[in-house]
Amino acid sequence: MNHFELFGLPVSFELDSTSLAVTYRELQRTLHPDNFAAGTERERLVAVQKSSQVNDAYSILKSSIQRAEYLLAILHEDIRGEQKTLQDPMFLMLQMEQHERLEDIPNSADPEQEIADFDDELSQSIKQYLQEFAILLNDENFIAAADVVRKLKFVYKLQAQLSTLEDSLLDY
Amino acid sequence: MALLQIAEPGQTAAPHEHKLAVGIDLGTTNSLVASVRSGSAETLVDANGQDILPSVVRYGVDGVTVGQAAAEQAVIDPQNTISSVKRLMGKGFADVDASRIPNVLVESESGQPLLKTTAGELNPVQVSAEILKSLAERATKTLGGDLSGVVITVPAYFDDAQRQGTKDAANIAGLHVLRLLNEPTAAAIAYGLDAGKEGVIAVYDLGGGTFDISILRLHKGVFEVLATGGDSALGGDDFDHLIVDWISESAQLTGEQPLNVQRTLLDQAKAAKQALSDSDSITIELAINDINWQGELTRADFDALIAPLIKRTLTACRRSLKDAEVTKDDVLEVVMVGGSTRVPLVRNKVGEFFTREPLTSINPDKVVAIGAAIQADVLAGNKPDSELLLLDVTPLSLGLETMGGLVEKVVPRNTTIPVARAQEFTTFKDGQTAMTIHVLQGERELVTDCRSLARFSLTGIPPMAAGAAHIRVTFQVDADGLLSVSAMEKSSGVSAEIQVKPSYGLADDEVANMLRDSMTFAKQDVTARMLAEQQLEADRVMESLIGALQQDGKKLLSEVEYNDIESAIQKLYQVRQNGDVDSIKNEIEVVDQLTQEFAARRMDASIRSALQGQSVDKV
Repeated sequence: MNHFELFGLPVSFELDSTSLAVTYRELQRTLHPDNFAAGTERERLVAVQKSSQVNDAYSILKSSIQRAEYLLAILHEDIRGEQKTLQDPMFLMLQMEQHERLEDIPNSADPEQEIADFDDELSQSIKQYLQEFAILLNDENFIAAADVVRKLKFVYKLQAQLSTLEDSLLDY
Repeated sequence: MALLQIAEPGQTAAPHEHKLAVGIDLGTTNSLVASVRSGSAETLVDANGQDILPSVVRYGVDGVTVGQAAAEQAVIDPQNTISSVKRLMGKGFADVDASRIPNVLVESESGQPLLKTTAGELNPVQVSAEILKSLAERATKTLGGDLSGVVITVPAYFDDAQRQGTKDAANIAGLHVLRLLNEPTAAAIAYGLDAGKEGVIAVYDLGGGTFDISILRLHKGVFEVLATGGDSALGGDDFDHLIVDWISESAQLTGEQPLNVQRTLLDQAKAAKQALSDSDSITIELAINDINWQGELTRADFDALIAPLIKRTLTACRRSLKDAEVTKDDVLEVVMVGGSTRVPLVRNKVGEFFTREPLTSINPDKVVAIGAAIQADVLAGNKPDSELLLLDVTPLSLGLETMGGLVEKVVPRNTTIPVARAQEFTTFKDGQTAMTIHVLQGERELVTDCRSLARFSLTGIPPMAAGAAHIRVTFQVDADGLLSVSAMEKSSGVSAEIQVKPSYGLADDEVANMLRDSMTFAKQDVTARMLAEQQLEADRVMESLIGALQQDGKKLLSEVEYNDIESAIQKLYQVRQNGDVDSIKNEIEVVDQLTQEFAARRMDASIRSALQGQSVDKV
């Protein structure tokens, strides 16, 4: 049973997040180990396993990037454990530029603003890539879709690094 | 036969019998016990009408005293009077600043801190068990019967070792733990059900020894923790220590002071702190041994001392809001929990940070116990129609030690629990049949910067060529926030044996020994007690199974399967009546194995029902 089936949803990138959250709560209402606190060891064990499964599926479906990767995995190829880098020279250049930009922030005049601006740009990038992915997936152009996901992963990682930088620079 | 009577339709008196369950707030400074009676949760009082039990334990020649009476003896008998023992839970000897503790600390063989008293060298777990016992006795007396289970609260930021230590203390105290509940979540339950509000709330919990910040979303009885953060070594006690330092400097005390002076300093500091909540200044007097000093501490001085600590709490708040992906404006209410939130500067600074007046109208001392009692009532089975659902998270990332002293994260912090993650390993030598996995908790990249949880030794791996084995290790964090590990070699399907060596904590046999000691000391019959507990467990198993058969037996089982289970229940009943501890335990295991498939089918049926939006019967 894949995650979409578990939640009674169609296998597609577009998702009704409200409906997802409602189903999640209903599933946990039934399966959560707290329901079996007065029950047997065996029931608690099964509840913990099932409840964990639901939590796992929910976190994957809820996150755009994880949902995208998961869709690729069930429809085409699982690229989640991939170690190789994208062989796109333009994109590699962009990666280097972005990293340099990140490294320069601590020395800039207004790091807080720099971080906010950079973060906004990355969020915009992500939005565009996600739209691109949805279209490619609908057209079943899986190879191209996989490349978009690889780019997305890089952008998300950069955003996370930006966040860590923010934590270390702005210690209130 | 009694069993057949229960199994007849319509006769479900036993399953719906009201169970006695309590919630216990095991605090650093004060502890409480509460229960739901006649539909409302209330704290239980002692013979003097007091509900708060100071978390102080004294080991005297005449026995163990817990609470106010013990606290009053602290200056006279400092070595044998122990307070704030929660701060030692799950810690190694090297973690503890012994100079801040007016007791004698020694190191155990396994590197744990022990308190040297007339009753021997005691583990913090044993001392905590005394507090739990005292509260359990009060509850049993007040409620008029044996407790079927307890919910014990822990700081949300407590790590695995600290949580396990709390559970061990409960075992030694002879309590059946229904659940370990995070303190901010408990407070949210008490607040949420009372206020009936929906939306995002922040719980700022500053206790005696720990600080927690939790961001939760409340929606129709569902309490979903979005993020939690804190500091499990920051609390009101640290405010006291700063005042102690101020007094020592002002009174020109140098070098290590005798225990009675240390204790006096602490008590005076605490009293001064509390007085400054209502006054602008307080006179502190020191008249002990050959010290004779008097000084005045102003509110301004005190604020200056504690400001850096408060700042630390706000940094944690900022991080948690970020992790929760909400802004300050999204937060509907800021709930203040814990005695230390009475300090005026704390209230000011928190209000300033969240840009709103924090909620201080609920009793910060009782709210956690009340919330725990509400959950205990539900978990014990007293409210089959309850809509209460708690979705909590793990506060610290879980990781594995890899090459080069690095930590690879397996479960990130703020992941909703229960959660299971699998990691694949392989062997690096031909014929290798064992391996060790080092699990840590924390956010940093280096092993040295994280908290070691335990070393798991896997043995019984089928011998293969190097790199040929695919060992799938599953990390499971349960609803209590505790980790368990299982491993299987995929190609052969062989499960590995796991031995756990906790880095900070007691081994199973140590706990068993302490339990034995505690019962012998209390002159209880060890064998009788263990038998009674095993019989109780058997009763739980039977009751639950009978209920399950009634509900879904005909639907989900073939006639043969149904009859097999019924026979198994009857056999268990016989063994329960006539057998010893081991035979009952074995029979329970047999029944468990037999009903594995039935349990799984019930779960699947529940899932299908949930997805179709039908209402589902609970066990």
